[in-house]
Amino acid sequence: MTTPNSISRHSTDLDTEYKWGFTIDIDAELAPKGLNEEIVRFISYKKNEPDWLLEWRLQAFRFWEKQVDNHPEWANVEFPKIDYQDLYYYADPTATSEGPKSLDEVDPEIIEGFNKLGIPIEEQKQLAGVAVDAVLDSVSVATTYQDMLEKEGIIFCSISEAVQKHPDLVKAYLGSVVPYSDNYYACLNSAVFSDGSFAFIPKGVKCPIELMTYFRINQVNTGQFERTLIIAEDDSYVSYLEGCTAPVRKESQLHAAVVELVALDNAEIKYSTLQNWYPGDKNGQGGVYNFVTKRGKAAGVNSKISWTQVETGSAITWKYPSVILQGDNSIGEFYSVALVNNYQQADTGTKMIHIGKNTKSTIVAKGISAGHAENTYRGLVKINPSAKGAKNFTQCDSLLVGDQCGAHTVPYIEVKNPTAQLEHEATTSKVSDDQLFYCLQRGIGQEEANYMIINGFCRGIFQELPFEFAMEASQLLKVSLEGTVG
Amino acid sequence: MININNLQANIEETQILKGIDLEIKAGEVHAIMGPNGSGKSTLANVIAGRPEYSVTEGSVTFQDKELLDMEPEDRAREGVFLAFQYPTELPGVRAWQFLKAAADSIRVHNGEEEYSAREFDQKLKECVAQVAINPELVKRNINEGFSGGEKKRNEILQMTLLNPKLAILDETDSGLDIDALKIVADGVNNFRNKANAVLVVTHYQRLLNYIVPDKVHVLVDGKIVQSGGPELALELEAKGYDWVKGD
Repeated sequence: MTTPNSISRHSTDLDTEYKWGFTIDIDAELAPKGLNEEIVRFISYKKNEPDWLLEWRLQAFRFWEKQVDNHPEWANVEFPKIDYQDLYYYADPTATSEGPKSLDEVDPEIIEGFNKLGIPIEEQKQLAGVAVDAVLDSVSVATTYQDMLEKEGIIFCSISEAVQKHPDLVKAYLGSVVPYSDNYYACLNSAVFSDGSFAFIPKGVKCPIELMTYFRINQVNTGQFERTLIIAEDDSYVSYLEGCTAPVRKESQLHAAVVELVALDNAEIKYSTLQNWYPGDKNGQGGVYNFVTKRGKAAGVNSKISWTQVETGSAITWKYPSVILQGDNSIGEFYSVALVNNYQQADTGTKMIHIGKNTKSTIVAKGISAGHAENTYRGLVKINPSAKGAKNFTQCDSLLVGDQCGAHTVPYIEVKNPTAQLEHEATTSKVSDDQLFYCLQRGIGQEEANYMIINGFCRGIFQELPFEFAMEASQLLKVSLEGTVG
Repeated sequence: MININNLQANIEETQILKGIDLEIKAGEVHAIMGPNGSGKSTLANVIAGRPEYSVTEGSVTFQDKELLDMEPEDRAREGVFLAFQYPTELPGVRAWQFLKAAADSIRVHNGEEEYSAREFDQKLKECVAQVAINPELVKRNINEGFSGGEKKRNEILQMTLLNPKLAILDETDSGLDIDALKIVADGVNNFRNKANAVLVVTHYQRLLNYIVPDKVHVLVDGKIVQSGGPELALELEAKGYDWVKGD
């Protein structure tokens, strides 16, 4: 499919194609470079945290320190060793010890920066139907629609604020789904997490609007470690969105987040992600290392947790949004589109751990590889002895664009109950010359044709996203594919 | 409309077209007939610009422009339409969306505005009625799960919608029962007018009972060996291709 003609048509510098690549021009208060107990104490002090939280962070740090050289090597990704002492672990762009109390105190440069990202945080311009928590580097700078949510009894704020105002809730659930000892990056995050979002939906409440967190890395050489915690009490419902971008930088940036979800009896959490961290340039220089642990516990009977992700950014993606299906009849879902281009690498998938009776999980993963990129689906379906009548359906489809890229599927299945039913389907296909020519012959240009075919391949997943997010996802796909004709 | 001079083309290293000369004027319908492997489909695909074929010799002027210098999408936008012998499936791509993208790209090429969704709906509705196709088909993924007849009719729908200057039908009759054949023929007959031209590529004469051509050409081994009026098709049907091969 590659013709020399089409390559020269798109030989522009990729850096200019990542339109979120600007820097917000502000001074940030940085903690000194490097990681040690002092830094952990500094972060905790800066955030005015209770002793129990500092103690938890220190336990995590000591655990991490013991395994510092044993970072996981099983993923199908390659990158130079990270020097953890050469990073900043805390950057506060608001540079006040407690963060801004109202929007008037937020630096106009920051507001303008978020406007440019299409995430207005000023009251008069706020997005209709979406409450936004805007997180810049390590700190939440603003949360919209808080008053309206409060009337419903819903808490939506930064996790730092939650630690101050709702310490009992945080203490009860933090680390309850992803303990600090879970894995290398989750452990690192537990020691140094700086901010993130917190949502609590009380019993019987259906959250009337979408909740959204928008993450933005701005500072150079700054690791970003957010921590998100969402709790849905009995009979409640929430749809939560997450978006992320970062400036164009020559150096790679580390992002190691943890997300924990808890759904109690009959509760439902729908979690959607558009991950668009800076992917690095055409030659694979720079870009975000996205090492993220996301896990939900469908703890209650009939509870449901649904992950939908569209991953187009990051130099390296390492994430497996998972569901522990503990409550009887609980449901776990994972819908994913992972697109890699140029020299991007993605090793992503899910884990569905069936514990309760008649639990049901669905996995639909679509991987698209273009350029020289490598895409791996890695997934575990585990049926415990107690999970009588459990069911899983897994579908993994890979699409290759060009002949320099790779697609890999690594499914793990462990079944310890004979009544379980599992289905697994997998396909690998290429955008065929016939398909492309069919479009061209109708007057549709190369790039649009490619986009149309790939968008069609992802249709089932985009349908799982809230409408506006689906439009954005589709747009993101288009931008990420620019210059991949071939 | 189109003027083909000494056209020679290869697929990989094998020469398929060995010097084709053909002129089709506005308002005319030409039929290309020939045995399997004679190069009929190759000719259709080379005119449309399919990348697997390489032209080694000759020229194709289309409305005074050199067609062979253009990318396939530009040929389509200039008004060359190929109804495919085997229309391909595009999983997940709605026919509606595909058709709108095609119609818009041609409109933009002609300096017109893209259709609004409402305008396009209206336009498509008219075309659907004209070619008597199941209106549900345009809501489905293009060609996915379509029957053979539905795929061919969908090609005729696209021809009607895009209103090209030159429509090439590549064995559109193959695999059609008599009712579907009539619908396809009606579509072409409604389409043809003084300002456009049609090239029908077919193995069998029966389609030409319904689409009466102005000229019939017989292609054997990459060359046109005989040309004539519609009666030539009947003669071929009666005597078989060996008759012309023997010449």
